[in-house]
Amino acid sequence: MTTAAGKSLIGTRKPHLADSSFRVSLYVAGAVVVVVLASILLIMFMGGRQAFETFGLGFVWSTEWNPVTSVYGALPAITGTLITAFTAILIAWPIGFGIAFFLTEICPLSLRAPLGIAIELLAAIPSIVYGMWGFFVLAPFMADNVQPWLTELFAWLPPVGDSFFWFSAPPLGVGLMTASLVLAVMILPFIAATSRDVMLSTPQLLKDGAYAMGATRWETLTGVVIPAVRGSLFGAVFLGLGRALGETMAIVFVIGNATRMPDSLFAPSASIASVVANNFPEAEPGSIQLAVLLGLGFILFVVSFGVLALARLLLRQERMA
Amino acid sequence: MSRMETIAPPRPQVSASARVESGSVKVRARAVSVFYGEKQALFDVSLDMPEKSVSALIGPSGCGKSTFLRSINRMNDTIPGCRVTGEIAIDGDNINDKSVDPVLLRAQVGMVFQKPNPFPKSIFDNVAYGVRLHGLAESKRDLDQIVETSLIKAGLWDEVKDRLSASGMSLSGGQQQRLVIARAIAINPEIILMDEPCSALDPIATAKIEELIDELKTNFCIIIVTHSMAQAARVSQQTAFFHLGKLIEFGPTEQVFTNPRDTRTQDYITGRFG
Ligand SMILES: Nc1ncnc2c1ncn2[C@@H]1O[C@H](COP(=O)(O)OP(=O)(O)OP(=O)(O)O)[C@@H](O)[C@H]1O
Ligand SMILES: [Mg+2]
Repeated sequence: MTTAAGKSLIGTRKPHLADSSFRVSLYVAGAVVVVVLASILLIMFMGGRQAFETFGLGFVWSTEWNPVTSVYGALPAITGTLITAFTAILIAWPIGFGIAFFLTEICPLSLRAPLGIAIELLAAIPSIVYGMWGFFVLAPFMADNVQPWLTELFAWLPPVGDSFFWFSAPPLGVGLMTASLVLAVMILPFIAATSRDVMLSTPQLLKDGAYAMGATRWETLTGVVIPAVRGSLFGAVFLGLGRALGETMAIVFVIGNATRMPDSLFAPSASIASVVANNFPEAEPGSIQLAVLLGLGFILFVVSFGVLALARLLLRQERMA
Repeated sequence: MSRMETIAPPRPQVSASARVESGSVKVRARAVSVFYGEKQALFDVSLDMPEKSVSALIGPSGCGKSTFLRSINRMNDTIPGCRVTGEIAIDGDNINDKSVDPVLLRAQVGMVFQKPNPFPKSIFDNVAYGVRLHGLAESKRDLDQIVETSLIKAGLWDEVKDRLSASGMSLSGGQQQRLVIARAIAINPEIILMDEPCSALDPIATAKIEELIDELKTNFCIIIVTHSMAQAARVSQQTAFFHLGKLIEFGPTEQVFTNPRDTRTQDYITGRFG
């Protein structure tokens, strides 16, 4: 068969060099991700093996952390990590979402771009700055104003078991709650900016459909836009959660750095990342202490991975429902 | 809304072509102009569209058909910078009056778009959407009944009755378009606006929608934008021809197609431009 130009259409075209080398480089890029991931995991595990061997399951499950007697249980740090990260999400999610809604639907056109940029700038502030702000500004404010007030407000809350008393604690300023707030401020711009992008990506045709049915803006948002982009909105939140779980610098300043089980939301505590950061300088090569820290890194990795996997699972079920 | 008499601008003289004698007037437009920012897209459009019939809006691309259509349910309000002047009256009430809530207006004026836009919900919930929104059903039974009759009217019931809980997005394009028509008629509007409702459909699906339009006109005032002369001729009783934002000619469909008064109309329907 020949075309008008007289060329044969049968047979294959000479493979293009650019095309095949492009393909190879994409494969390489993909492989690098997997290799890096696997080797980090492996190195952390190998480094921490001594800790897992010495303490067994107690390494993850024990609440005792005592460098003097060389007993290391990671549960206080794991608890601190989870409490701060989830509290931060609980605070930042509704606010970030509200900001996104405001920016896409309510804010006057002329203000949208500047406000959007301001939010993205917030995300660019280095975490150590957030940490210092938390320590010098937020912590004293919490100690003087917020904590006494919250303690009184929630005095009626029954304790969990006989060891966790919610909001009743001496007003120290630093502690779980302050760390959560700093984290919330840090992840807020991420959640706001991502949710805004997601909402902007909703097809106009879909929104028009709701408006044309006589829906108000609010009804359009809650009844049509959010259901349409639910998956991506969850994505925005879990991006923030991932960041909150691993955040180190800001946390070290404000969490109080006490590696014991917290007895209230105001208790000075520690997160996995803050424990590692605090103890790393003194850990001798080859010591059990170093193995413990690497083991903690491994645990943090697994916790983050688990949270993300859980999120995906929930999402998938939601989609299928 | 008798206040309207005092605030409405003086009625411009209506040209003979803007009058249609049959039926009572459902939608009356007087000197309607629409601006997108500084740019004027529609100039002084005046016409009367009767109830219980189909009015077709035709004209070359960009001539302002959608713009005019969207001013009848004030969808143009949702476009930043868009401004509508003049008077549009439904049953004599000016919908641009300050006392009119566009949200309530849109509950009385249904709209079907160029591309089907079912919500990401089940078939049932799509049809029930407006009914729930406006609290039109007294009970679950009532709601079921409304959903069923709407789907029957839209000619979709037999195809979906066994899978009402499936997603509306899982239907074919033609079925989706009938679904959104069912969604629109479920809240019992008086007017249905259709903006090129068949442009994304194949001939068979198109025939079904046209059949449906023909049935719906016994109850509703239907205003349809179409690029198909044949479709306008088949489904409508009166036709308006727009050109460059102006209404050129409006009259009984038969007359517009067989004996147009304006040479531009003549040129357009015979395919000489547009
Ligand atoms: N949202 C908008 N912003 C600015 N200008 C617009 C907007 N929508 C429409 N216009 C302009 O108004 C004019 C009329 O547009 P309209 O969509 O009403 O045309 P139409 O007759 O429906 O065309 P088509 O047959 O292609 O759908 C066009 O010049 C268009 O560029
Ligand atoms: Mg159009």
